[in-house]
Amino acid sequence: MTYVQSLRCRECERTYDIAPIYTCEWCFGPLEVAYDYEAIAANISRESIAAGPETIWRYAPLLPVDPPGASTLPVGFTPLLRADRLAAELGLGELWIKDDTRNPTNAFKDRVVAVALAKALEFGMKTLACASTGNLANAVAAHAARAGLHSVVFIPADLEAAKIVTTAVYGGTVVAIDGNYDDVNRLCVELASERPWAFANVNMRPFYAEGSKTLAFETAEQLGWETPDHVVVPVGSGSLLTKIRKGFDELHKVGLLDAPPAVRVSGAQATGCSPVASAFNEGSDTITPVRPSTIAKSIAIGNPADGYYTLDAVRETGGGCAAVTDDEIVEGMRLLARTEGIFGETAAGVTIASLKKLTQEGVVRPDERVVAYVTGHGLKTLDSVAPHAGVSVTIKPTLEAFHEAFPGEDE
Amino acid sequence: MAVSIRIPTQLRTLSGGAAEVSVEGSTVGEALAALETAHPGFAERLYDEAGVLRRFVNVFLAEDDIRFLSGVDSPVTDGQTISIVPAVAGG
Repeated sequence: MTYVQSLRCRECERTYDIAPIYTCEWCFGPLEVAYDYEAIAANISRESIAAGPETIWRYAPLLPVDPPGASTLPVGFTPLLRADRLAAELGLGELWIKDDTRNPTNAFKDRVVAVALAKALEFGMKTLACASTGNLANAVAAHAARAGLHSVVFIPADLEAAKIVTTAVYGGTVVAIDGNYDDVNRLCVELASERPWAFANVNMRPFYAEGSKTLAFETAEQLGWETPDHVVVPVGSGSLLTKIRKGFDELHKVGLLDAPPAVRVSGAQATGCSPVASAFNEGSDTITPVRPSTIAKSIAIGNPADGYYTLDAVRETGGGCAAVTDDEIVEGMRLLARTEGIFGETAAGVTIASLKKLTQEGVVRPDERVVAYVTGHGLKTLDSVAPHAGVSVTIKPTLEAFHEAFPGEDE
Repeated sequence: MAVSIRIPTQLRTLSGGAAEVSVEGSTVGEALAALETAHPGFAERLYDEAGVLRRFVNVFLAEDDIRFLSGVDSPVTDGQTISIVPAVAGG
């Protein structure tokens, strides 16, 4: 059973019955799931969670839908890895990487789609759809295939080839749009009023977005039910960052933490698409949309839906917001791979490069326990790093040739 | 100028169920004002108390978000379409 009370507008607090709706009819504000936290607190414990499956569904009471049947892909409970070598390189103390490349379609989007799918099945909807920059498309196509639903995903036509293949292989419909992500998104909003489809990040968004909280739940559980001092999160729409913060707060609300969390939340963006970082660094309360131009396509959202709430979360928790160039992104990807053996996509490069920048600026400090979120696999954005990652040397298959290429190297 | 305004599902109760409404105006703001005259109730839903478009309302003139143009002062040409689109989607 769930502990959901209603949908509530985050802006004007009007409430609505549970349905595939996502905006307040009055003010257009986002609808959020409202829970009965007292009832959850009475029905959840560290022990009940430990006895649950090694997936996001171990936290089911804190999610807006009951776990679906067995024919779904197992999602979540990804490794939280101590990153001492990267920490030393950056001048940090205790650093952890939440490696969410280790999901069924190699990105955190499996979490949100698992929740959206479960809710779509509950609503009796037959088609799972989305507007995507790639990772969400992968997840929607894969999860729909396994559940036997039809999928229709909408992507910008200039997406990385790998992300198109890793979507289309699941056999759903892939619609490339001649435009950027914000154009795709707008079309999907208009389509969602015409088609009876479950658009994961449109009419299912209040439920879908809740899936991201599991990244905070797992982080705390994996740290022995403690919270980090500082998290660094990539920002596209901003939903992930705001939900990670909400996740830590909820754990305390339902009695799973010994102390109220004091997690500083910092955002990471690419210079070529940094509407939130720009507003933060200019001290502005207005988010001005931009036309994205960056290799970090998975977070290239020029008109971020949760931009305002992201700005609030960063400011309220005393975090920071960095923007990094394409060169810094590639260097961030290589740094993570070189020091920790983790190959993240361009958005991970944004996160690591931003972590570096925020550390240099003194925002992220060496005395803090820091968690950086790596949310997608590097194989999805191979082209960006390919020019910098090739063979060391090509030689003939003889000892002489090897010795000539590597004179005096014993170890 | 005759322009047509596309109405999102959430506001169609105000337009008698119509998904599209034709109005006259030479700017986006004038067209939206004409919409209010034809179907009272739109203005308080689209604008906040200070008379500024609510932050979760996106308005497009043809393909473009009006924030990339001149906002509500953006001039419109005959036959163009203005779309009112909820901002909270995606990501």
